[in-house]
Parts: sequence; C-alpha cells; structure tokens
Amino acid sequence: MPQQGPSAFDAIRPPERELLDDCVHCGFCLPTCPTYQLWGEEMDSPRGRILLMDLAQKGDIGLDGPFTEHMDNCLGCMACVTACPSGVQYDKLLESVRPQIERNVTRTKSDSLFREAIFALFPYKRRLRAAALPGALYQKLATVPAVRRLAAKLPGRLAAMESLLPPVTLREAFATLPVHTAAIGKRRARVALLSGCVQDVFFHRVNEATVRVLSAEGCDVLVPREQQCCGALEVHAGREESALGRARRTIARFETLDVDAIVTNVAGCGSSMKEYGHLLADDPEWAARAEAFSARVRDVSEVLAELYSRDDDGGPRAPRTPVQGRVAYHDACHLGHAQGVREQPRAVLRTIPEIELVDIAEAALCCGSAGIYNMIMPDAAAELGERKAGKIRDAKPDVVVTANPGCLLQIRKYLGEGAHGPVPLLHPVQLLDASIRGVEVPRS
Amino acid sequence: MPLDRRIVDEFVGVLGAADVLSDPIRTRTYECDGLTGYRVVPELVLLPRTAEAVAGCVKVCARHGVPFVARGAGTGLSGGALPVADGVVIGLNRLNRVLEVDVENRRAVLEPGVTNLEITAAASPFGLYYAPDPSSQQVCTIGGNVAENSGGAHCLKYGFTTNHVLSLEVVLPDGSLVTLGGDSAEQQGPDLRGVFLGSEGTLGITTKITVRLLRTPETMRTLLADFPSVAAGGQVVSDIVSAGIVPAAVEMMDALAIEAAEGATGAGYSLDTPAALVVELDGTAEECDDQFEQVKAICDKHGCTRLHIAGSPEERANIWRGRKAAFAAVGRISPDYIVQDGVVPRTRLSEVLDKIAEMADESGIRVANVFHAGDGNLHPLVLYSEANGEAEQAETLSSRIAELCVEMGGSLSGEHGIGTDKACSMPRMFGEEDLEAFHRVRAAFDPDDICNPGKLFPTPRLCGERPGKYRPHPLEEHGAIERL
Repeated sequence: MPQQGPSAFDAIRPPERELLDDCVHCGFCLPTCPTYQLWGEEMDSPRGRILLMDLAQKGDIGLDGPFTEHMDNCLGCMACVTACPSGVQYDKLLESVRPQIERNVTRTKSDSLFREAIFALFPYKRRLRAAALPGALYQKLATVPAVRRLAAKLPGRLAAMESLLPPVTLREAFATLPVHTAAIGKRRARVALLSGCVQDVFFHRVNEATVRVLSAEGCDVLVPREQQCCGALEVHAGREESALGRARRTIARFETLDVDAIVTNVAGCGSSMKEYGHLLADDPEWAARAEAFSARVRDVSEVLAELYSRDDDGGPRAPRTPVQGRVAYHDACHLGHAQGVREQPRAVLRTIPEIELVDIAEAALCCGSAGIYNMIMPDAAAELGERKAGKIRDAKPDVVVTANPGCLLQIRKYLGEGAHGPVPLLHPVQLLDASIRGVEVPRS
Repeated sequence: MPLDRRIVDEFVGVLGAADVLSDPIRTRTYECDGLTGYRVVPELVLLPRTAEAVAGCVKVCARHGVPFVARGAGTGLSGGALPVADGVVIGLNRLNRVLEVDVENRRAVLEPGVTNLEITAAASPFGLYYAPDPSSQQVCTIGGNVAENSGGAHCLKYGFTTNHVLSLEVVLPDGSLVTLGGDSAEQQGPDLRGVFLGSEGTLGITTKITVRLLRTPETMRTLLADFPSVAAGGQVVSDIVSAGIVPAAVEMMDALAIEAAEGATGAGYSLDTPAALVVELDGTAEECDDQFEQVKAICDKHGCTRLHIAGSPEERANIWRGRKAAFAAVGRISPDYIVQDGVVPRTRLSEVLDKIAEMADESGIRVANVFHAGDGNLHPLVLYSEANGEAEQAETLSSRIAELCVEMGGSLSGEHGIGTDKACSMPRMFGEEDLEAFHRVRAAFDPDDICNPGKLFPTPRLCGERPGKYRPHPLEEHGAIERL
C-alpha cells in the first residue's frame, strides 16, 4: 500500500521504514508471543503490531485508540526477536513507537496517574527504601506527591503495586556494598558493578553474592558510589526524555573507570545499558560515549563464563562444594531474548558439582513480569504468571533460579508453596556463592 | 458495503461481543495470510471457541448469504485465507486443545487450532509422533494442514496429510456438523474425507481431526553435503532413489537460500557452496548404517566438496532449523518475495532449474531455490522489492515458473495449495471438463458459493484482471463497465 497521507508519527525517531519492511508476515513469531498465546488475536501479535505500525507510518491510521491499546498490551519480552527468521528488529521498532505514544497520545486520568506514581517510586533508591519499611507504603511515601495522589484516588492499584514488593529486613534495605573489593588470588579482570535500584534495596543479598563470587573468581570489583537508576524501566515504557537523562548520567558515572567490563546482575538493566549506543546515536555529544559504554556492558554470567572459557588462566578458580537437587533455570526475557544470553548462565551453574539443571517447558514464554507490565496490566500478567508457575511446578524443582528481580517477584507471587514449604527462588549467582562458600543454599 | 447491523447482532448473539471483531483497524490485521501480495479487509473477524459456535456462525452466514473464510494461524503461502470483501473471517486458532492421545491405537484427536508441532509434543512422551512436517510446523495449525493437504520434508517417505488423517468433523456451508471418515482407514462408500481434505477451505470448516501417529524411528541419520552445482546435487538424488533407498527426507538448497538460512540460524551450512543437500535416513540402526554408507559413496561419486554428519540430536535439530527457516529467512536478503510450489518429475530437476535460472536472468529478478528434492517439489523464491516497483514483474515470473512446471509434466502446487495465488493458472493444468467437474463437486457442498469463494478456481473477476494490486480493467477504462 502506498503512502496515504502524512505519517501519524512525529519527526522524533519514528520507526524506520526499512525495519518495518523486514517483516514478511510469516507468523513464526506467534507461538512465543505471550499476548497471542493468551488472546489469540492477530492485532495482539508481533506481526499484527508491525502491520499497525506500518499503517500509522503510511498515515492510514492514527496513534490513539486501537493502535495505542495494542502497543500497550505488548510486554516487550522480545521473544519474537528470537523467533523471527527474517531478523526483524521488533525491539527497535517498539522502542521507537512507545515514546511516540507517550508524546502524542493523551492517556486516561487514572492511567497517567498510575504511571506517574510508578516512575516517581521505582527509579529512586531512597523512596524504595521508604517503601520497604514494614507496612510503610501509604504513610512513608505520602511525601512523594505522585504517589499521594494515586493513594487518594486509586488505593486498589497502589495495593497491587505493594503486593509485588517483597518483605525485606531493614538491615538489608539500608546496607551498602563496599566501593572496592579486591580479587582473591591473581587478578583476572577488573569490573565495575551497577548496583541497581530495586535490586539494591530488595535484593541486596544478590548484590553481595555477586561481589563475593566475582572476587573469588579473580575479579577486582568496583561499586561506584552515587550511582543512579540506569533508566531501564523508563526506556522500556517509552519515557524517553527521562530515560536518556538517566542513561547519560550512568555513562558519565562509569566511563572514566579503568575496568574491563561494566557488570550487572539484572537482566532488564543489562539490556537497556547495552542499548544506550542505539538510544543516543542521534546525540552528537553522547553517541560515541554511549557506544563505548554499551560495548563494555556484561551480565555477570557473561563475565564468569568468559573467565571459565579463557585459554590463558581459564576455568573456575574457587573450589566448590556440591549442591544436590533439581535446579530449574528460568530464562529472563531481557537476558535470553533481548541479550541472547542463554548458554552462559547455564554453563556457570554447571560448574557447581552434582547440580541437576532442569529446563522449564515453554521457556521462551514471558512470566508476565515485564518491567512495569504486571502493575499496569495485572490481569494479563496474572494469567501468564499462573501459566509459568504451572510449568515450573511440572519441572519439580528443589530450587528455581533466574537473573531478574522482576521475574523473581512475579514467580514468587504465583508459585505458592511446594510440598516442603516455599521453593527457594534465587538469582543464579546466589547458588554459586553458596557452593563456593560451602554454606547452605539460602531460602530467598 | 458494511454488513447489516442485524446480521452483526446475530453473530454477537452466537459468540458474545468480545469474540466478534468489527473495528476496522483491528480487522485490518487479518487482511492477508503468509502471502502478502494480496490484501482484503474483512467486515468482521469471528473468533469462536467451540465447534458448535463455529456451526452457529456458519448458520448465520448461510441464512444471509454472507461469504466466510476460515483461518488458522494465517501462515499459508497461496492466499487461501485471504478474506473476502463484505465477508467474515472465522478464526479457528482458539479451538486449540489436544482432545485425546490414544496410545494403544496410535491416534490423536485434535481441535483445528492445534499447531502441527504440538501434536508431536503431545505424542512424544509415548514414543509416538505425527509425521507430516511442514517447515512452518511450530506455528501452522492442523486445520490449515487439512485444508491444504500440507506436506513437508519427510513426506517423501511418509506421505502427505491425507495419508495421516482418519476422520474429520466438519461444519458444512449450511451450518450442519458432520463427520467424514472414521476410526479406521478403510471406510464403506465414497471417500468424502478424501474429497474434503485439501479442498482449501472451499467445502466447509474442519472442527475436529483424528490423525494417525507413528512410532518414533529407532535411529535417525542426517548428513549435510555440499556440491559444486545444483545439477550434481540433483544427480545424487536420482542415484539414491535408483539404488532403492527411500530416505526419510532429501532437501536441496542453493547458494542464495543457504545465505538466508545460515543468517537466520547459524546452523552450520557452508556459505561458499553453490548447492547443499540434506539427506536423512531413519529406521533400524542396521538398516540406517548400511544405507548411510551407500549414500555417502553416491555423494563422493558426484564430487561432494564437504560432507558433514550430524553427530548429536542437537546438531540434527540445527540442520533442520536452518532448512525450515529458509523461506522466512529470505526476508533477510530481500524485502519481498513470493514462494512458488511447483512439482516436476525428479528426472527433469536440473533441466527445470536451468530454465528457471534463465527466466530469472531475463527478467532481472533473483530467484532462490529451496526444495524437497526427493519428490521433485520445488520452492523457487522469487525475490523482489515492492518499493522499487518490481511486484508485477515478480508475479509474472512466479506464474511463469509454476506454469513451466506443468509444461514439464509436473503440477502447479506440491503442498502450499492453489488458493488465490495460482487460481488463474489452473486452466494450464486442467481442461474445461475437469474444471467443470470440480465446480459440480464444490456446488454439491456449497451451492450458494459462500465458503471461501474466489479460491482454487479461476474466476473472471480474479483472472480477467491481473491479480495483485488494483489496475483498471480495459473495459473500465473505456467506461463500458463500472467497478462496484
């Protein structure tokens, strides 16, 4: 179909024509698209969404109404990118479309109120700490205006938000990591760790385990102070301006450090930091810096797998103690699909003696967490959560591991208790840490 | 012309409002299947969840003469699920349950929206599988397979969908629900199951399918062999068959197709070879070993430049992933393409391929080749760019290739169906009497011509005008006729 009129997109980074044309409509994306699996409707499938983007680009339809609805419905899990034989870069398409919606479509009052509240809370470590105080969300957050407005108007949605926040001890919520931890033994690499927002407040123990493991395997670990949110949640939600500001600040904080890699243990953060180069490509001052930064970003499992497979001084160094039992590895979408990191975490886990690593059926399908998705689309997220929990139970694991806090929280909510109480849900690095230290596998 | 509000209400009465899509932006996403050169936006998309609801929808259609088109996953490559203007699309993808796996009798009962691969997934814990394996098997549905009588790489040894379907529950175009065929392959009376199977959605809508399951072969051996020319590969295929070997599959790809497939999957194909063959043998270990040696010797005899044997199930899976992704992967090397599906006698393979290459050179349009070499089913991929205005040239070349296959003593379609794409070429293959007989069969099922009209048979409307984008008919230009 030829151009029908002016594009419905504004001039700021609209989806690129060549990227839209890459889609040949073969349908190979359908089986792993969570919304197509849930609803079985073409407009909530990747190729359907690309068709809508194409129509909008050709000026045949507007951005409000069905267009926004179906783009909002997308989890951004990028399973379609993995499935696509034609190499369609749906990730780039979606990331250029979401800011267009944020700029050009007026959301309903309650929707925008809720989104404001989410983004007034999650990227801020201090506010998250306040939220972590026992039963504190309503009172302690009253100082944040966006959250106060939400609590007054939509207490139900605030409760939905709260139910996803895990219990955490005060000590943990307020603990900080050492700025410098030296490699044990001969140094094999020098890395800087992004400590994250949700990760550092609610999963501080994962950060501690990460530092210990990296150090035990021969890495000097720097954890720069005054780090801020990397902007992942905002990037993936289309809040571009604010996200790019966070990206620039994160680049500035890390780029001067003399390190081999910038490490993260959060799939979502890793995926957005690897995209900085693309996101800032049009910014003359930042393009080259962003690209250099992105080139150094690694998931912690990539760093370890690389150390283990090195020819010179390679292999696992720290002695391990056996961990017995079935360990199910859940591929976080932003690690597997968005970064293509699937083998490395498994390879790292296999260095633990006696471990029985098991796969989860429908591994490519999202658990429904997807950044802020389970807060703004609770029904779809709940269905996906139940479905994933069912497949995990079928695998009969003694421990479940996954490399993203969102997935951990979502799965925790739906998995429920096993025959012997709750199944421990961990980051892979926690399991490795327990094996290296010879301590019992933690319960959470 | 929009459907009468009262008719829409009747559909809503059958399905509920949520399962009737009428918003023109949403229905737009159903405007084509895997063949994107043809697009028609339907009035409504109906998404029933049960066979009874399908029958209910068809009854409404029959009562008011509303044309309907059944659709599974929308992966077809001949435009068989192309909507009809002023008509409705009935999507079957929500009828997606595996109803039964009968291990003892090696049968499975399925709803039409179950994907081909899900059948094998449900059967494999019992050491069974479903044999026909279209390349899109992870997404295409068994309902669509029945409509198109789909094949796949392994049909060389095991036959097509029709050889594996025992019975069908179908909704006829008057809305009645009937069963064709039965639990055993031998049925009394005329084989209506056989008539229905492969009728491309023109005789009714399948709502339940009973298929045969086979026992998973004890051994599978897969090799990947490179050759200095497509002709040499073709000779290997002929020699394998002459030696009395029936491989499970023999597939060939040329350099362009390999480039695309390797780009998509990194499966380990050589990028510098003009042709590659995938040969798979299955059966008992002894039989496989013995025949495998023979196949290797034949490959060597014809100047094989690299021979790689899959050493593990993962490697075998990779080789197949590459081959099966080939069509869609061509999107990497060309913005648009048409997949052809002609069949030629195996002995004339190289002759036809030379001719296709010649025709491609003449028209300046590239053609990649992927094919089921064992049974002479070609899949020339005509690569073009609509943006560069090559669509018409590509369509012409594509039709000429299909017709060339007929001239060479073959057929228009091996497994993708005639659909919209090749309807106009049907008179090349069938005489007037044949076509007339087809029409009578169709009219016996669908006297009012509301069930997937315009597909399979040439119609003046479709073929008087060139298929594809709208172009005024000469009579229209002269003001003699008007388009409604």
